[in-house]
Amino acid sequence: MYAQEVKTPSSRLRSRSDMCEQECAFQDKLDAGTKIEPKDWMPDAYRKTLVRQISQHAHSEIVGQLPEGNWITRAPTLERKAILLAKVQDEAGHGLYLYCAAETLGVSRDDMTADLLSGRAKYSSIFNYPTLTWADVGAIGWLVDGAAIMNQVPLQRCSYGPYARAMVRVCKEESFHQRQGFDIMRVLANGTEAQRAMAQDALDRWWWPSLMMFGPPDDASVHSAQSMAWGIKQDSNDELRQKFVDQTVPQSDFLGLKIPDPDLIWNDDEQHYDFGAIDWHEFYDVIAGNGPCNAERLGARCNAWSEGAWYREGLKAHSDKQRLDRKAA
Amino acid sequence: MVLADPALVGVLGLRMGDNALILGQRLSEWCGHAPVLEEDIATANIALDLIGQASNWLKLAGEVEGGGRSADDLAFLRDAREFTNVLLVEQPDPDFAHTLMRQYLFDSWHAEMLDRLVDSTEARIAEVAAKSAKEAAYHRRRSADLIVRLGDGSEESHARMQAALDALYPFAGELDQPDDCDKALAAAAIAPDLGELAGEVASARTIVFGRAGLSVPTDVPVRSGGKSGLHSEALGYLLAEMQILQRSHPGAKW
Repeated sequence: MYAQEVKTPSSRLRSRSDMCEQECAFQDKLDAGTKIEPKDWMPDAYRKTLVRQISQHAHSEIVGQLPEGNWITRAPTLERKAILLAKVQDEAGHGLYLYCAAETLGVSRDDMTADLLSGRAKYSSIFNYPTLTWADVGAIGWLVDGAAIMNQVPLQRCSYGPYARAMVRVCKEESFHQRQGFDIMRVLANGTEAQRAMAQDALDRWWWPSLMMFGPPDDASVHSAQSMAWGIKQDSNDELRQKFVDQTVPQSDFLGLKIPDPDLIWNDDEQHYDFGAIDWHEFYDVIAGNGPCNAERLGARCNAWSEGAWYREGLKAHSDKQRLDRKAA
Repeated sequence: MVLADPALVGVLGLRMGDNALILGQRLSEWCGHAPVLEEDIATANIALDLIGQASNWLKLAGEVEGGGRSADDLAFLRDAREFTNVLLVEQPDPDFAHTLMRQYLFDSWHAEMLDRLVDSTEARIAEVAAKSAKEAAYHRRRSADLIVRLGDGSEESHARMQAALDALYPFAGELDQPDDCDKALAAAAIAPDLGELAGEVASARTIVFGRAGLSVPTDVPVRSGGKSGLHSEALGYLLAEMQILQRSHPGAKW
């Protein structure tokens, strides 16, 4: 997901007997469904896990500007250009209020940015894949935003108030983006032969990385249990992945496109689609920094930051001068 | 040759549309690469406004032409020699200082121009201008503010803003230079007298550059040609990128 493999400080789920009185009271609050707010007491591990998750989510929005931004200058019509500009602007806006939500936990945006640029903090693996054709913009909206929504809708009920509330707005915009992406695919799938081929090629390349967005399978997801007990996570990775597959296969059928999985088949007993094995080696490789675009994406962010230093310092110098002038007056 | 009023309306629509389109295209190159997140958002937002304005102007130009060309046809299927934007808006961005300076030089003229076009005797021009005027006034407020803060910021930000002003100022004059079409448009009260407009724009710029501590270059020759389709080499590359899909898939719907 936009936050994949969020590590909790311990891979073991804490039991009541591990907890002090304060922590028990905190867990009671969570169990009763009461939201935790910035000024409330919280265990350090809960705070750290949230900072990791929210900042990873924010970084994903920021880095996520790049693959789609890659096509703004080449969008095929004025309307598509405007829609894509608005979408990428929304993503940057999501990053902004997610950073604000993380700041309520006592960490600054500059520190989080430094962690991203140094490679200490992660962002979603999906943004390390290249956007090679216009259809990739459609596939990202349809599949990537579709997968993001699947994960973010439950996050609206996350135990941490500021994150849950940020998600309400984010989800509204994401579902709009998904519809726009699907519309690009619909037009291409009904277009010329070259356009249909472009759409199928995009689905071929984005399908598996989209399934990987939900994170490792449940039996390998050692940090999920604690995150679920804390109400940070609501559903397991595999549950959400299954839901996504079940939702997306009929959409692909509607488009007349073929999902690149020979093992994909409707399971009447389970009332869901069975699908083939995911190449987790690829997933861990991309997370480790070896995806097709890891170097370019991080390089672009580092470059924006260092090339923009004079701008940030210039504005600060001006505001310092203003302050001194006001003092002198 | 003096064009009849209807054709003049088309020329004006095309010029206003091309300016907005090319500047919007240039700005959108920054997406994800700006110095700070707030600038990513603001730059995309202004690009979005400009692309919207370009659609309205080019649609009008196509209607006036009467040959069935849509705004997209005009944006994506014309060659560089047929574009009528001023050279200023197509200038590339060696750094963000140039982006902001180009923006302010354009905004300070554009907002004023649209304010006048709202009172055009030609209803269709007035209507499109009215849709854009508020946005342009906001763009001007924002870019003027940044010119002041960065001009009067650190030593480096001052030096970069001054270098950008020195490089781009020669291109600003084209906005003020009326050609025969501009003169005919002014005579028919479809558009303002550009010379008169230039005086007001210059006074406003003097205040902003003064507060920014920037020196306005004097005695520089005006670099022009865009209105008549004589562009800098940079435009060809910009259009090659922008038009690639429409050109390589003729007749396809998107």
